[in-house]
Amino acid sequence: MLTTIIRRDLLLAYRRRSDVLTTLFFFVIVVSLFPLGVGPEMKTLRLIAPGVVWVAALLASMLSLNRLFAADYQDGTLEQMLLAPQPLALIVLGKIVAHWLVSGLPLALMAPVLGMQFDLPPAALGILFLALLLGTPILSLIGAIGAALTLGLRGGGVLLSLLVLPLYIPALIFGAGAVEAYSAGLSPEGHLSLLGALLILTGLAAPWVTAFALRIAME
Amino acid sequence: MSINWFKYASPATFYPLAGKLIPLFYALAAILTVVGLYISFFVAPTDATQGEAYRIIFIHVPAAWMSMFIYLLMAMWAGLGLVLNTRLSSIMAQALAPTGAMFTFVALITGAFWGKPTWGTWWEWDARMTSELILLFLYIGYMSLTAAIDDVRRADKAGAILALVGAVNVPIIYFSVKWWNTLHQGASVSLTRAPSMAKTMLLGMLIMALAAWMYSIAVALSRARLLMLEREKSTAWAQEVLEQKS
Repeated sequence: MLTTIIRRDLLLAYRRRSDVLTTLFFFVIVVSLFPLGVGPEMKTLRLIAPGVVWVAALLASMLSLNRLFAADYQDGTLEQMLLAPQPLALIVLGKIVAHWLVSGLPLALMAPVLGMQFDLPPAALGILFLALLLGTPILSLIGAIGAALTLGLRGGGVLLSLLVLPLYIPALIFGAGAVEAYSAGLSPEGHLSLLGALLILTGLAAPWVTAFALRIAME
Repeated sequence: MSINWFKYASPATFYPLAGKLIPLFYALAAILTVVGLYISFFVAPTDATQGEAYRIIFIHVPAAWMSMFIYLLMAMWAGLGLVLNTRLSSIMAQALAPTGAMFTFVALITGAFWGKPTWGTWWEWDARMTSELILLFLYIGYMSLTAAIDDVRRADKAGAILALVGAVNVPIIYFSVKWWNTLHQGASVSLTRAPSMAKTMLLGMLIMALAAWMYSIAVALSRARLLMLEREKSTAWAQEVLEQKS
């Protein structure tokens, strides 16, 4: 069941490749704007790099959240999913996983390349990648709750950012903190462990909450 | 004797009750505010280290307490509304939100006024301030979500989910901000005041806190009364009330 949903959503995303690429390029552009705004001094850039990459990842993954349920909501597929005998939370989890594979994973893969622009040392690049690998699923999971709550509302996109961004803050702190801790000569393990704990917590709770929110939205 | 716990859970019976209680709570709020302000300005001694500037805590601390407490209360009412499907619970949750946001804002502003003379800065990225700011964002998110949904029942339930998710997140956010803060900067400013407070200072603060409570109850009840009338306008009792008013 899970794999069926994931495969279906991936296929749909593949058919609309430009959507996926837009998110990725948004991420690249936002990150590249910062040196232009702050100035080309490598010392400053190295300091702000983790924060910049993480904030850009937050914004990019939030932009793509609208697509999570909107298309299925419009063509009525979502209604069928609600009526399906399989647990809705499982279907939702499948959709979230597919969403992450399409919008979160590319960001994590791209981040080390962007980190090089900011002159991060190779080991820090690895930690940045690891932190994003752990962190972007959290963004998709929490974002799914927001996407379900704002489904079909006027001005849903802006509202979604108001709801979701404050909830993203712990992921941002630990994600960017892991790289910063490494740069400061500390072990990034603590931050990464907390990020993993957050991932487990949201992974357990978010699909159920999202399913509940979807039922409310479809009443 | 059996007690009917749900008697006042119906808007038709709660509306007149709230109408009777509101003047009482406003009066209590006014009296307590006058007494509290008198104590805080004329009775409480001048602080040895902070001078007269410390007196803003008589507003600041009660506002900060209320801002956090009202969020929990709002989440509780919202959760009750979700579980028991009582109309009044959701109305109470919505009636509390603006007051909570107001107190959060007041706590932030007075904190800035207090920070300038004592630490020499309007804003410090300190754990408590940052989480208070995020709390304000959570209130704003809740209010904009409920305002954006036209269908009242959906607005109540969606808002309830958001409030509950937010309530679970508040401690996580607080601790993450705290650790973030300690990693970035050593203890540049210490928020802990002199260990012992004069008794009159504490008394003034507690009375002001009680005044804030009474005010919150009065305002939330007034707002709840309006929401009740608005939502139940097609029912017989609401028609009666409206006829009497016009």
